[in-house]
Amino acid sequence: MENLLSIFSNPIVISVLLAFVPLVFILVYALVVLYGEMKMAAHIQNRLAYMENGWHGTLQPFADMLKLLQKEDIIPQAADKLFFVLAPYLVFVGTYASFAVLPFSSGFIGSNIDLGIFYMVAVSSLVVVGLLMSGWASNNKWSLFGALRSAAQIVSYEIPGVLAILGVVMVLGTMNMQEMTKLQDGGIQNWLILGGNFPLYQKLSLLPFMILFFVIYLLSSMAEVNRTPFDLPEAESELVQGYNTEYSGMKFAIFYLAEYANLFLVSAVVVIMFFGGWTSPFGTFMSGPVWSAFWFVGKGMFFVFFNIWLRWTLPRLRVDQLMYVSWKVLTPFALAGVIAIGLIMVL
Amino acid sequence: MTTETIDTIKTSTGKSLRTEEMVVNMGPQHPSTHGVLRLEVVLDGEIVVDVIPHIGYLHRCFEKHCEHMTSYQQVIPYVDRMDYVAAMTNEHAFVTAAEKLLKIEVPERVHYIRIIMAELQRIASHLIAIGTFGIDMGAFTPFLYYFRDREKILDLFEMTCGARLLYNYMWIGGLSHDLPPQFIDKTKEFIVHFKKTLQEVNDLLNYNEIFIKRTAKVGVLPRDLAINYACSGPMLRASGVDFDLRRDDPYTLYDRFEWKVIIGEGEVGVVGDVWNRNMVRQKEMWESLKIIEQAINSLPEGDVQKAIPKRIRPTPGDAYGRVEGPRGEIGFYIVAEDNVTPYRVKGRAPAFVNLSVINEISKGAMLADLVAIIGSIDIVLGEVDR
Amino acid sequence: MTAQEIFEIIKSQFNDAVLDSKLENVPDPFIKIQTEKIKDVAQFVRDNEQLRFDYLMCLSGVDYKGKIGVTYNLYSMVHRHKITLKVEVPTESPNIPSVESIWKTANWHEREAFDMYGINFIGHPDLRRMLLPDDWEGYPLRKDYEVPEFYNGMKIPY
Repeated sequence: MENLLSIFSNPIVISVLLAFVPLVFILVYALVVLYGEMKMAAHIQNRLAYMENGWHGTLQPFADMLKLLQKEDIIPQAADKLFFVLAPYLVFVGTYASFAVLPFSSGFIGSNIDLGIFYMVAVSSLVVVGLLMSGWASNNKWSLFGALRSAAQIVSYEIPGVLAILGVVMVLGTMNMQEMTKLQDGGIQNWLILGGNFPLYQKLSLLPFMILFFVIYLLSSMAEVNRTPFDLPEAESELVQGYNTEYSGMKFAIFYLAEYANLFLVSAVVVIMFFGGWTSPFGTFMSGPVWSAFWFVGKGMFFVFFNIWLRWTLPRLRVDQLMYVSWKVLTPFALAGVIAIGLIMVL
Repeated sequence: MTTETIDTIKTSTGKSLRTEEMVVNMGPQHPSTHGVLRLEVVLDGEIVVDVIPHIGYLHRCFEKHCEHMTSYQQVIPYVDRMDYVAAMTNEHAFVTAAEKLLKIEVPERVHYIRIIMAELQRIASHLIAIGTFGIDMGAFTPFLYYFRDREKILDLFEMTCGARLLYNYMWIGGLSHDLPPQFIDKTKEFIVHFKKTLQEVNDLLNYNEIFIKRTAKVGVLPRDLAINYACSGPMLRASGVDFDLRRDDPYTLYDRFEWKVIIGEGEVGVVGDVWNRNMVRQKEMWESLKIIEQAINSLPEGDVQKAIPKRIRPTPGDAYGRVEGPRGEIGFYIVAEDNVTPYRVKGRAPAFVNLSVINEISKGAMLADLVAIIGSIDIVLGEVDR
Repeated sequence: MTAQEIFEIIKSQFNDAVLDSKLENVPDPFIKIQTEKIKDVAQFVRDNEQLRFDYLMCLSGVDYKGKIGVTYNLYSMVHRHKITLKVEVPTESPNIPSVESIWKTANWHEREAFDMYGINFIGHPDLRRMLLPDDWEGYPLRKDYEVPEFYNGMKIPY
């Protein structure tokens, strides 16, 4: 922000420009991950995909994007027009606003607020509102089903997720995302998943709990994003795409974009909390503003691809089993973890 | 067709809260119902109270057409199109019924080749059944692995009779073509390759914890209900009934081979549930491989077209012939009068009969389970509607 | 058990209900039953210890010109023997008692026979058209069926 001030002297212009950076990133990333998901799915399923356009189909995502942009935008006659049109944008805004607090590199963060992760959890709940709106406004029983299931799922999985985040915040002592990352600077042994930047006995006592919190947060974040094995709200074979059913063209593209952006968001949060954010695993080698952006995006993409791998391998859980996992398995473990962390930090 | 019942619950002040059941249509076009099947589902929240199937979207008046044919042999392409996924066993059923009516004895080579084709077709059909069932559960990958191998089977069929899906291969009294010279080697290659895929998907899908949670103890079909509803095939055997037409009502030479009848044992879940039906189909593929291997190694010589009659003009009467198809018992009831045209041909389709059970076994299940149950019954609308 | 023995047992119980039979030299031996008694005969053959015909393989309607018949192909899982029962009614008043309460599988088979032949099964809980649209007129598999010109404004023969 400071070095940009010297070029343009108007802070408002700078803020607007900074706001565009994550948007550009999301757009580019969506094309890359679309290609990556289809190719990964194909190779897992023992087939080739996307070989026509460009070398091995690398230009295909552009074709998909063009197709979605030029499709006819159909609004069902009996649909609630205002909410129907508003819903996809609300979902996207809920995700995009959280990108403001992600530290992309040691020199760039959209908004360095002290409430970083708290703000992120709060704003990403807008997604639920958007989904419910889309399900209701479509005037379609199947969309309503999908939206209700989705809302129940996201709300119940926020609890273990937030408890896991709480544990990490207690250990690191700050909610500021940039500070969290700086506290894990200095090499792979300082990453929180391996115990953090603490003396040895404390590190060893924290290690199992960090792994526990990592697993809990990973699972609940997959449920938040509606990815298999938790993708019942959009289970194609039952609900014909769930809350998405009546959408076509640009609005459908926005939903899709929001889903991929959300996926990167939760992967990024996992990386920041447990895997050191933009820090380099080698300490000072390969660090600096540009390298750290590379590390951040690289680690985020690793978890995105982990998610994709799981999607194409596992079948999906039923609604009541999903709720069971959240309330009877993840939440007690998360609570126990938080209590244990509290005890450790006091002692 | 359905009445909405209104439950009244009383609140603490004495006023009553109305809850209504919702009637939802899993309409004719739907990614999971394996064809044009319309299910009217009465739901109480997520629990299914009643399921009413509506069929007839694929009715093609097959039985009326049969009454205007100029020969019994002309019926065979129509019979193919009843269950287009497993066409060889349809033809086998019709040919068995017709040969019973006309009292024709076919040479042994014809019997052996028919057995090989029927078993290959059984494997191909089970591949589709399990693959699409996996997709309904959300496991997208076994479907593609299985379709790769189904292509190899379809290549074998194409090598023999020229068609991949609808063959017109088994004629009354024999076969249309003999086996080509490279068939036996290609089949042996296929058997070796396929055993690996079967093992791979078995490890991937069947004992997966999530898959078990979705399918065990769901849609249980008790033994007596299965017999009363005349279910057949893997549905019947998964409910614990030890009955297989190939062994118990012999229509061809299956007793010359060593193979087992697979029954649902309740290894995981309850006997008669969705998991056991899936397992019965998986294990049946192993047995089919055994039969094919033995048949190929002991194929007798002969002329496959020797017993084909020049003109088929039966003595008046009627006959019911049935075979064990991949979905169950395929039967044909042929009424003949003194004419080259059949008087009445009724196709008893296993999916038609198996589908009638769905109301009984899905009461109390959740909507997601309903999809699993339909997938496990393994319906093909072509034969449900004819 | 042979067809002759099965016939003896049924005849000893229902002497007057048995109208005709053909047990020798046919691919499928059959017994023709009086139409009003078919339900009692069905109950008997299902529950009798020596017969135990618990599996209804196929129920088909047949149009003998002037009369409409129904054929029941029965099988016993316990004793592994088969028999066929037949009934006939005049085409003008095709009323046959339903055996749905005895073999549940007859539910759909009888609906199909009603759909195609117009046979009225007395006692069937839900007799409505199955394969054809609910408002179709006529019974297609009858031998004297004429394809109608129009259905709901759409021309049928082309």
